[in-house]
Amino acid sequence: MKQDAIMDDNTPFVTADGRQIGGVMMDLRNITLRFGGVEAIKSISFNIREGEIRAIIGPNGAGKSSMLNVISGFYKPQEGEVYFRGTKRPPMKPYQVARQGVARTFQNIALFEGMSVLDNIMTGRMGHIKSNMLVQAIWAGKAQREEDESREAVERIIDFLQIQAIRKTPVGRLPYGLKKRVELARALAAEPDLLLLDEPMAGMNVEEKEDMSRFILDVNDEFGTTIALIEHDMGVVMDLSDRVVVMDYGRKIGDGTPDEVRNNQEVIDAYLGVAHD
Amino acid sequence: MSADFLYGIEVVINGLMAGVLYALVALGFVLIYKASGIFNYAQGVMALFSALTLAGIMSGQVPFSHLINAIFGTDIHYFGWNVPVLAAIILTLIVMVIFAWGVQRYVFRHLVGQEPIILFMATIGLAYFLEGIGDLMWGSDIKTLAVGLPQGGSRFVEDTTAGLGGDDFFGFFIDKLDMVATVIAIILVAGLIAFSQYTKQGRAMRAVADDHQAALSVGISLNFIWVLVWSLAGLVALVAGIMWGAKSGVQFSLSLIALKALPVLMLGGFTSIPGAIVGGLIIGVGEKLFEYLIGAPYLGGATENWFAYVLALLFLVFRPQGLFGERIIERV
Repeated sequence: MKQDAIMDDNTPFVTADGRQIGGVMMDLRNITLRFGGVEAIKSISFNIREGEIRAIIGPNGAGKSSMLNVISGFYKPQEGEVYFRGTKRPPMKPYQVARQGVARTFQNIALFEGMSVLDNIMTGRMGHIKSNMLVQAIWAGKAQREEDESREAVERIIDFLQIQAIRKTPVGRLPYGLKKRVELARALAAEPDLLLLDEPMAGMNVEEKEDMSRFILDVNDEFGTTIALIEHDMGVVMDLSDRVVVMDYGRKIGDGTPDEVRNNQEVIDAYLGVAHD
Repeated sequence: MSADFLYGIEVVINGLMAGVLYALVALGFVLIYKASGIFNYAQGVMALFSALTLAGIMSGQVPFSHLINAIFGTDIHYFGWNVPVLAAIILTLIVMVIFAWGVQRYVFRHLVGQEPIILFMATIGLAYFLEGIGDLMWGSDIKTLAVGLPQGGSRFVEDTTAGLGGDDFFGFFIDKLDMVATVIAIILVAGLIAFSQYTKQGRAMRAVADDHQAALSVGISLNFIWVLVWSLAGLVALVAGIMWGAKSGVQFSLSLIALKALPVLMLGGFTSIPGAIVGGLIIGVGEKLFEYLIGAPYLGGATENWFAYVLALLFLVFRPQGLFGERIIERV
C-alpha cells in the first residue's frame, strides 16, 4: 500500500494543507497491555511524527487512555517496545518519562487543588530548575535566576492561554473549563517535545471547545510542539489532526489521514455498529 | 498593675513558650501526614533516637558497643574523643537522613496505596524498632545533653520586670532554655515555611501532598519527596529532642512527648503547619492558665496532665477537622 510506505518513511514531508511534518519521534511497536486476563491493548503499533497533531480515537473502552498511559509511563506494557527519538526506551517511571520531555494532561483533571494557578503551572517547570536543594535552600544567585526565568516562561504561557485574571486563585475554586486550561498550561510550562492530551475537550460546551481547539493549534504552530490527543468529538478530531489512529476493543482498526480514516469500512462499522448475520 | 495580674501575664508567657515546644513536635507529624497521609506514631521515638544519637556522638561513644563486646569479648565503650556540638549535630542529621531513606526504601515503598490504618500500624512497629535500635546503639542509661544551652531562670528578665508591680511582685520568672527554644523553633518554622513556599523541592512537596498522579506527570519522584519529608521530620525531631533532652535528660520518657502533640494536632488540624503552631500555643497557654486560674485554686492542681486532652475532645466533638485543617466534605 502506498500510504503505508509514507507512514514508515522517516523523511519529513509536507501535508496537503501545507503543514510541515518531521521524522518519527516516537515509535510504538507491538504494544500489548493486560490487566489480569483482560487485554486492554492488543499488539498495537503506530508512530508519532515530529511536529504533527496525532489523534487517537475509538469507542468507549477501546483502550485509548491505556495507550496514552503506556506512552507516559503510567502503565507498563507486558509486550512491545517504545522507541523515543530512535532509541529504545527502557522501562521507566512516569516522572522519568516526564523528565524526557513528555508532558500530559488527564481525562479527569489532575491538578493540585490546594495550590494557586500560578503555583500549579510553576510545578510544570520542575525539570527546568536545575540548582540543587542546598542552593535553593539558601536562595543563592543561581537559584534566584532560574526561579525568575521560570516565572517569566510561566507568565508567557498564562498570557498565551488568557488566564491572567485567575493566576492567584486556588485551583479548587475554578470551574471545570478553566481547570482544563490550567492543566494544559502546566503541561506547556514544561516546554515538552511531546504533549499528550487525554480528552482535552470532554464535558465542554461548543464555545469552550472552540477555544481549546484554537489553543491546541496555536501551541502546535507557535511552539512546534508535537501533540497526541484523545478526543470523542469527531468534528474536532477531523479538523485538528494530521493523522488519526482508530482503536476498537484494544485493536488498531485504522491509521491514516482524517479522510482515509473517515472512509475506512472497519472504522465506520466500529462507530455505527454492524449487522451480525 | 496588681501583682496577680502580672503573675497571670507570666503564666501566659510561660504557656506560650511551652506551646512552642509542643508545636515543634506536632510539626513533625504534620510534615509527614501532609505529604504521604501517614500518621507517624514514631515521631516521638525519632526525637528520642536523635537526642540519643547526638549525646552518643558528642561523648565519643562507640555505637553498638554492648553488642560488639558481647560477640567479640572485647571491652570497648568510648573512642576517647569528644565531638564538638556543631559537628555532632551535623552527623546526627546525616544519621536521620539515612534513617529516612531506610524507612522509605524498606517499609513504605512496599506499602504504597495501602489503607491508612495499615500505614499507621507500620509506624507503630517502626517506633518499637527504633526504640530498640536506640538502646542497642547507645545503651539504655539516662544521658545528659550538654549542648551549651543556658539553663535556669533569667536574672535579667526578673530584674528588669521587678519594678512593674508592687511589693508583692518580684519580676517574671522565665527559663532561659525556654527562651532559646522559642527563638530556635521560630527560626525553624520560618525556614520550613520559606522552603515549602519558595523552592522547587518545597513546591514539589506540596504537589505530592495534593495529588500523586499529577505530581508524577510533571516529573516529580514520589520516593525522593517522601525521603525528603521524612528527613525534614527527622530534623524537627532532632530539634525537639535537643530542647526536651536538655531540659529533662535523654531517656525513654522523651518519646512520650509525642502524646503531647496529639491534642495539638486535634486543635490545629493534621494538615496545617500554621495550625500546628497555633494549636501548640493554645494548648500551652490554655493548660498553664487553666492551672493558674481554676486548677490550682479549686481542683487541687495537676490539671496540666489532662487539660489538653479534654480540650482536644471538645474539638473532636464540635470541629473535627481542627482550626485550620482541610474541611471534610464528602461529595455525593
